[in-house]
Amino acid sequence: MGISKDQPDFRQEESVVIQGVEIDLVRLGSGKPVLFLHSVDGIHPDAEPLKGLSQNHEVFAPWHPGFGYSERPEHFKSVDHLALFYLDFLEYFDLQQVIVVGAGFGGWLANEIAIRDDSRIAKIVLIDPLGIKVGGISDRDIADMHSLSQDELAAAAYHNPDNAARDFSNMTDWELWVIARSREAYTFYGWCPYMHNPSLKHWLRRIKVPVQFIWGESDGIVSAEYGRAYAGFIPGSQFQLIAEAGHYPHKEQPEKTLEAIINFIG
Amino acid sequence: MEIFHFSEQPYTEGWDADVDSLRVYMPNKHCDPEIVHTLVNQRLDEWILCDKLGLNILINEHHASATSLSPSTTITAAMLAKVTKNARILNLGIPIGNRPDPIRVAEEIAYIDCVTGGRYDIGFVKGAPYEILPSNANPVGMMERFWEAHDLILKALTSHDGPFNWEGEYFHYRQVNIWPRPFQQPRPNVWIPAGSISSAEEVGRRGHNLAMFLSGPNASKLRDAHYNAAVEAGHPEPTAANYAYLAICGCGETTQEGYDRANEVLGYLRTTSKVHESLMNPPGYMAVPGNVAWLKKNQVRGRAGNHFPAMKRDGTVINIGSGRDWTGSTPIPDLIDANIVFAGTPDEVAEQMAEFSDFSGGVGNIVVMGQGGDLSHEETKANLTAIGEGVLPKLNAG
Repeated sequence: MGISKDQPDFRQEESVVIQGVEIDLVRLGSGKPVLFLHSVDGIHPDAEPLKGLSQNHEVFAPWHPGFGYSERPEHFKSVDHLALFYLDFLEYFDLQQVIVVGAGFGGWLANEIAIRDDSRIAKIVLIDPLGIKVGGISDRDIADMHSLSQDELAAAAYHNPDNAARDFSNMTDWELWVIARSREAYTFYGWCPYMHNPSLKHWLRRIKVPVQFIWGESDGIVSAEYGRAYAGFIPGSQFQLIAEAGHYPHKEQPEKTLEAIINFIG
Repeated sequence: MEIFHFSEQPYTEGWDADVDSLRVYMPNKHCDPEIVHTLVNQRLDEWILCDKLGLNILINEHHASATSLSPSTTITAAMLAKVTKNARILNLGIPIGNRPDPIRVAEEIAYIDCVTGGRYDIGFVKGAPYEILPSNANPVGMMERFWEAHDLILKALTSHDGPFNWEGEYFHYRQVNIWPRPFQQPRPNVWIPAGSISSAEEVGRRGHNLAMFLSGPNASKLRDAHYNAAVEAGHPEPTAANYAYLAICGCGETTQEGYDRANEVLGYLRTTSKVHESLMNPPGYMAVPGNVAWLKKNQVRGRAGNHFPAMKRDGTVINIGSGRDWTGSTPIPDLIDANIVFAGTPDEVAEQMAEFSDFSGGVGNIVVMGQGGDLSHEETKANLTAIGEGVLPKLNAG
């Protein structure tokens, strides 16, 4: 890829090549398998929900093709292609009865995988997922994150905008590469239609496994109302609000979010 | 030496509105169509005057902006194509990375070239980052899309033996066969602006003409990079005619009158960076290494925060100032030294242009921003007349 991994000590990933696509993968713990699908904020192995889930599960947290240091082959053009890649991923590790946990963009991706084939999936947890449109042509279901200043984005994405604060100047080049590539990939896959697949809601009925939605009550990227409408497309799904949390409840209310996941997956 | 006149067709009446951004998000309730009617007709009349003065015409476009009322270079070019007789019309340029239909672009180029009888030069531009949202083109992969559109447009302009097929990464057409074909053979000249060495080299490798905007003393480096790349790629050796340089211009009967006109036109530079933070650096517009450096500085404003970092010949960086009022801004002589401005009497302006061309290794086309900011219609006509009747003959006197 021509990317210099100049600080290997920092990396907690292993590289894996699946059907010719090289990605970075975080693996933690042991037990029943969990596949964690990240959003634009990436993977944080020392934080929830990965830390807690890895106590009793084997957690697979791959960097999606194009994000972090994972390559994006030329023919990867859309979230559809990511979904097909993850079916290859499940076959590669021969995972059965997997619990899929997807946050934001990763929640959208979880649904795109499951509508195609949920035979290896036991349960799905969706944390403030993107991916569908429920409103009218001029309704903005999903905040236009690309039209917001940093302060405006923090106010929309967090219950407490102070939780968004990051000092990039203290980060290593490795971390900044991850951020820059992840923002680019998020934009590439989600630019148009904006962060959703217009057809997806019509196929969500194909998901037959238990699904739980977890939603930050203060999410200003995708509202709780949007979340309830989303849940309505998956018969039998559960919906749980997390108070005092925005688009990233696992960051703002890590214990409560972990508890909600554990209670659902057993 | 050829001189082109350029105006962004600004709507300065909107510049004082209390908004965060003059671009994209500024509600058009701040736009009075009665005023627009007057302004755009004045600008068109000024270009028609250029035709009579021996000056050429350069036009551009921006979108959803009080800095420019021109939404399409092609529309402006089409109007001027019919009502001018001698001027070259340089369309600089068409943002082909943001245009969904390159074949329509090729058809329109050919038609306007035929209307002018071969006075049309075309330009292709990447476009500023704030041009992306109005077209909704994905900023990731923008330059790949740009070059595919470029290849397709040029093939469409130069293919004459029936339809060809195009199944590319970004564009698909099964029967490409434009009518009319261009007047000029094999096609109009192509201009591409560049502000970095790597971009100038790319333009040279492609064998196109290089336009440089307000690049000051760096123009000589850009020119050298372009020249070497063109020669290395086997293209004909570029001459001064293959280079254009744009700067602000104020010309008058006295030095002070020229300076005052330049200061009004400079309103362009003092407002062009009034852009909302979110528009400055959409992911993908810059390559990853550039974004890493950008993040490291905790930079919020992106590159347009210092859109044109003016530098004098001795390396001193100068502040252009901001806002509509130019009181207290950098003195014009400093901006002349930085090649951001040509200003003074016709003799002085001609001398500055000739000196700049020599310093830069030979630049045969000077583009003057002869209208900008609050420079009125009457003042603009006087400015252009001084340039056409005073500067141009002196530059070409032998």
